[in-house]
Amino acid sequence: MVAQVAFPSEAQLLEGLRAGEPAAFRRLVELNSANVYSVALKLLGDEQEAEDVLQETFLSAFQAIDRFEGRSQLSTWLYRIAYNGSLMRLRKRKQMTEFSLDQPLGADSEDEQPVSRHLVDWSTAPDDQLLTAEAREEMDRAIAELPETLRSTFVLRDIQGLSGAETAEVLGITVQAVKNRLHRARLRLRDRLSDYFTEHAGGLQATA
Amino acid sequence: MSAKHEHGRCHELLGQLSDYIDGELEATLCAELEAHLAECPNCRVMVDTVRKTITLYQSQAPTELPVDVQERLYKVLELD
Repeated sequence: MVAQVAFPSEAQLLEGLRAGEPAAFRRLVELNSANVYSVALKLLGDEQEAEDVLQETFLSAFQAIDRFEGRSQLSTWLYRIAYNGSLMRLRKRKQMTEFSLDQPLGADSEDEQPVSRHLVDWSTAPDDQLLTAEAREEMDRAIAELPETLRSTFVLRDIQGLSGAETAEVLGITVQAVKNRLHRARLRLRDRLSDYFTEHAGGLQATA
Repeated sequence: MSAKHEHGRCHELLGQLSDYIDGELEATLCAELEAHLAECPNCRVMVDTVRKTITLYQSQAPTELPVDVQERLYKVLELD
């Protein structure tokens, strides 16, 4: 006997959720929990806070399912709840450190022009040579230090693979604004990784 | 080595680079840009290293929830 996939379509899943079927809620969690956690973790850089956001996202979704109008996909809706929850936590954090002298001036400005200094080609090095434990930490630091607006766009669009339109919907901005932010985020991250790999990955070939 | 993007076309490329990588650059502009890339090693490095930056981050994205996180989630949601 072939195992039947519960709620094979989004419409059937939504119908099950609206009817309060426990199996539908379980399916919603199975399909989306890893993505919700991943976004919260990248936005917050903290496992405990990401787990809190994960739990709060599904608790809110379960309670608000009757108000979900079905104009967007369920996954996009969940991303939006998770993004708003993460943003609230980031703002709380910022308020707590508002008077700290440790905050570099202009650290949260997304308008700073990226400076492309390094034109060393590290792109042909194999991933396992590049992705040392230290390099992974540097990548985490680089993304954590982006302004929130750039970080959220890069996480949703490039890491989670949402479309420009879906990302715009989650963030509540236009598709063009997504493009602009994504572009700046990519250049900044590239510059950071280039600095790092140029310094640490010996033997990479420099172009003239 | 001190390589700078001083050439005007290089500066233009920097602005179009994301659209190019995403395959969203209009055909004529795309052809112009590729002609420039063919003769400008610095810009090729820019394109290649931006692409690589994206794939490195993608390769690190977790695809599954850690088991303990999942257990606690199912308990909170009363799905266990």
